[in-house]
Amino acid sequence: MFHALVAIKQVPDTTNIRIDPETGNLVREGVPAIMNPYDAHALAEAVHWKRKLGGKVTVVSMGPPSFIVTIREAIELGADRGILISDRKFAGADTLATSYVLAAVIAEVHAEDPLDLIFFGKQAIDGDTAQVGPGVAVRLDMPIVTYAVKVRDIDLQGRTVVVERKTERWTEVVETPLPTLLTCEKEIAEIPFAPLPDLIRSLRYDPEIWSREEPIEFDSGQIGVRGSPTIVYKMGTPPLPEAGEKVNARELGVGTAVSHALDLAQRSGILSAVLGGE
Amino acid sequence: MAIRRFWVFIEQEAGKVHPVSWELLGVARMLANQVLPEAEAAGDQVTVEGVLLGYQVEPIAKEALCYGADRVYLLDDPVFEHYRNCPYYQTLAYVARKHEPEVFLMGATTLGRDLAGAVATALGTGLTADCTQLAMGEVKGAKQRLLLATRPAFGGNIMATILCRQHRPQMSSVRPRVFPMPERISEPTGEILKEEVLVTEEGAKACILEFVHAKGESVNIEYADVIVAGGRGLGSPEGFKLLEELATELGGVVGVSRPLVDAGWISYAHQVGQSGRTVRPKLYIAAGISGALQHKVGMQNSDFIIAINNDPDAPIFDVADVGIVGDLYQVIPEMLKQIRALKETAA
Ligand SMILES: Cc1cc2nc3c(=O)[nH]c(=O)nc-3n(C[C@H](O)[C@H](O)[C@H](O)COP(=O)(O)OP(=O)(O)OC[C@H]3O[C@@H](n4cnc5c(N)ncnc54)[C@H](O)[C@@H]3O)c2cc1C
Ligand SMILES: Nc1ncnc2c1ncn2[C@@H]1O[C@H](COP(=O)(O)O)[C@@H](O)[C@H]1O
Repeated sequence: MFHALVAIKQVPDTTNIRIDPETGNLVREGVPAIMNPYDAHALAEAVHWKRKLGGKVTVVSMGPPSFIVTIREAIELGADRGILISDRKFAGADTLATSYVLAAVIAEVHAEDPLDLIFFGKQAIDGDTAQVGPGVAVRLDMPIVTYAVKVRDIDLQGRTVVVERKTERWTEVVETPLPTLLTCEKEIAEIPFAPLPDLIRSLRYDPEIWSREEPIEFDSGQIGVRGSPTIVYKMGTPPLPEAGEKVNARELGVGTAVSHALDLAQRSGILSAVLGGE
Repeated sequence: MAIRRFWVFIEQEAGKVHPVSWELLGVARMLANQVLPEAEAAGDQVTVEGVLLGYQVEPIAKEALCYGADRVYLLDDPVFEHYRNCPYYQTLAYVARKHEPEVFLMGATTLGRDLAGAVATALGTGLTADCTQLAMGEVKGAKQRLLLATRPAFGGNIMATILCRQHRPQMSSVRPRVFPMPERISEPTGEILKEEVLVTEEGAKACILEFVHAKGESVNIEYADVIVAGGRGLGSPEGFKLLEELATELGGVVGVSRPLVDAGWISYAHQVGQSGRTVRPKLYIAAGISGALQHKVGMQNSDFIIAINNDPDAPIFDVADVGIVGDLYQVIPEMLKQIRALKETAA
């Protein structure tokens, strides 16, 4: 039987984020919370292999109780078991503290019911750090394949997996022993429509809530703010650059506007550098 | 006397160095200079050092000296011939524990991002990803200057400055082209130190079966000298022909804003901006791009920017050296005509 675990995070839909022009503050109202898109695609791939090989998919998430909706969404997409790690003391975690908590939970799930593959998103779109997946792999002393675009083959008997990962210059086909941790690109799988039984089940599903003490005890020095070596020192708006000259093609005519612009480029030495002239 | 070491991971693949390594050596030198007065007062030494892993890559170590490294730690072994997470992170963690750098910078490339989070976790220290500004600054309560690592947060709308007070090294990743290329010196004085390699093939935990090279186009807009970029103002994919024509005329490449990639008009490799590439060409022409923050952070360091937009209030004009208020479908053909004429008179 195949057992996969997927780490999912709830994120604000950053494509909808706005800044209040008066105060410079983030407008949080009305920004929908969604499952991190990369995690949703990773989950789709985990469920695809579960259906193919037979087995189960566990999802875990660390966050406030409002993350329950995201876990329900994962059940709807075909996950069997959902765990929410939620405790005030986890708040303020940076990636090091987050990787500590997720690794401890994954180790516990693995001890109960051995895991074959662990799926992460390539990155969370709220922070874009891409650090938690590699951090968890290090803590679990497990092989990792980042930027996974395709799981070619899983051999449960031979205990290996073959994965394609995309780098800047080529695609690598990598073989690693099971269990392996993957961080996934969106191409890994399409998100399918939820079958009706999963949809119904998700509506009533209550995830397991794990606290700082139960069912496993976390080291309080490694969680939340205390376990985070980095802190936010300052926040600010990006500096405004100085605007250059503006020419209006409607007023001057297109020909004059363009020749004026090219003239400025010429005078700054750029045009000759680009055209390879003197 | 202590040595305050500023480290840079020298990234190479298949014997080819990633130029971000040199950009980071420039940054490390700048940071080192910022602590020099307090270090001298305390009798401390300050050095800029590179760490290089690979197989038969000694020429790259020599090159790193030319870009300002005082010392390069070289780990040359067949196990490092192709990049793999496990042997690389274990080795970097090992050399970092041994030499205790104060600051450790890596490129935020695909390879660098795979590696940086693993190294930071192995060392139990903090890592700030995708920094756009770095400085060694005085912080209340700290005996020495600390690394102030500034990065965009919340979709680029806010800049956050991150500190790592207690743990060492203070780690940051930086995207290619955020910082300029430093001057190359031809008679370097630095040294290369060979380090013992402790990892083995058995411990690599991964085996690369095959490299598949993409057929056809492989654009690298990051290091292009000229970029002609288009946005939603193009209106339809036909507008690309104009962009391409102008790009070809100027010996450049085509860039785009994100909506065009989302719409499937062109591949992600062409996207400029926060979730695409950071570029700093000599000339950047932005046509039909409004100039959202997330686009501007990717191109505002270009040497010269020409913006073309029919809305006189478009924010792209705020970063442009010269803005042309007008319809791109009239302006670009005219520009093509005038550039061709300029080339002819030059010839
Ligand atoms: C987390 C996050 C990451 C993002 N990352 C990126 C990124 O990496 N890169 C990126 O580009 N965006 C990114 N975005 C999106 C960004 O916020 C903007 O939505 C996007 O840059 C807008 O693209 P645009 O300027 O082409 O389109 P629009 O904003 O629609 O602007 C089109 C412009 O064309 C002008 N125009 C129309 N017709 C003509 C004409 N005939 N001639 C001349 N001008 C004309 C209009 O006046 C307008 O200014 C990101 C957003 C988020 C939230
Ligand atoms: N709080 C969290 N709970 C569950 N998974 C997480 C959490 N934070 C990060 N992850 C996972 O780690 C990946 C990378 O996140 P990041 O390093 O923050 O970009 C995400 O795509 C998730 O799979």
